[in-house]
Amino acid sequence: MATEDGGSGLNIHPMDQFLVKPLFGNDGTISMFTVTNVTLWLAIAVVCVVALMVLGTRGRAIVPSRSQSIAEVIYGFVHKMVEDIAGKEGLKYFPYIFTLFIFILVANVIGLLPKSFTTTSHIAVTATMAIAVFLVVTVLGFVKNGASFLSLFWISSAPLVLRPILALIEVISYFVRPVSHSIRLAGNMMAGHAVIKVFAGFAVVYWIAPASIVAITAIYALETLVVCIQAYVFTILTCVYLNDALHPHH
Amino acid sequence: MAIEGDLVQMGAYVGAGLACTGMGGAAVGVGHVVGNYLSGALRNPAAAAGQTATMFIGIAFAEALGIFSFLVALLLMFAV
Repeated sequence: MATEDGGSGLNIHPMDQFLVKPLFGNDGTISMFTVTNVTLWLAIAVVCVVALMVLGTRGRAIVPSRSQSIAEVIYGFVHKMVEDIAGKEGLKYFPYIFTLFIFILVANVIGLLPKSFTTTSHIAVTATMAIAVFLVVTVLGFVKNGASFLSLFWISSAPLVLRPILALIEVISYFVRPVSHSIRLAGNMMAGHAVIKVFAGFAVVYWIAPASIVAITAIYALETLVVCIQAYVFTILTCVYLNDALHPHH
Repeated sequence: MAIEGDLVQMGAYVGAGLACTGMGGAAVGVGHVVGNYLSGALRNPAAAAGQTATMFIGIAFAEALGIFSFLVALLLMFAV
């Protein structure tokens, strides 16, 4: 990946920013409980969420302060999303979905800061959340509906000949959900940050440095949009899956 | 010129590059979803606001297929 361009020092390592390193100790071994940079930035994300939601809304002012109004806007936004997609019954699971949304949003936005680490760019982090959603939704579907949850796969509005084929496709698409759910978030984060890093690598060559800086600015603006949209997409798909579990009949 | 190195490794890298062409299909799909949403929204702006969530779900499902090609590329690069 490294390209030596006649001594201009063009040396691009776009994926180095995603390396997991232990914070303490120089031997570089990572075991189950090693404190790594992933641990650090996950903890920072949690601290920021707590600071925004607990300290920000502590005043309970009628006329909200800035941090309180941010917290209220996010709360109202997710509340309306859950109600619109999963219905009134879905509101019981609003705390879980809100936790997912605020955590992913804050972790994504923190990852945009220079010198920081994007925890959501790691499939291990996003897959944990996606598999949790998958298990919760599947268990919930069977608990709420019993065996009639399986009618999710048996589309009664389709012609009888097509139903077995559709059932097969539905089953495959059901089990592929955690894969696409997790890799969508991780892939978007990884790709966006790698693109920024590639353009930052071009900034070394003096005659393309201005174009490179303009490109970094543009990509950074796009990434700011993408991190919010990906948090939104992850949450809205959780709502869709929850709606399938609560109302499996098409 | 003699070719040195692992032929299987080269095949994996070429395959990873080819797998990424699948992302172009996802790009067409996402553009199709948003374009049709926009043309519908301009015909009936009053109904547009209620359908943005549906548009994002459609985008997510169209994008999932591109993600699978990305996944195949990653597997070829790091797992094979």
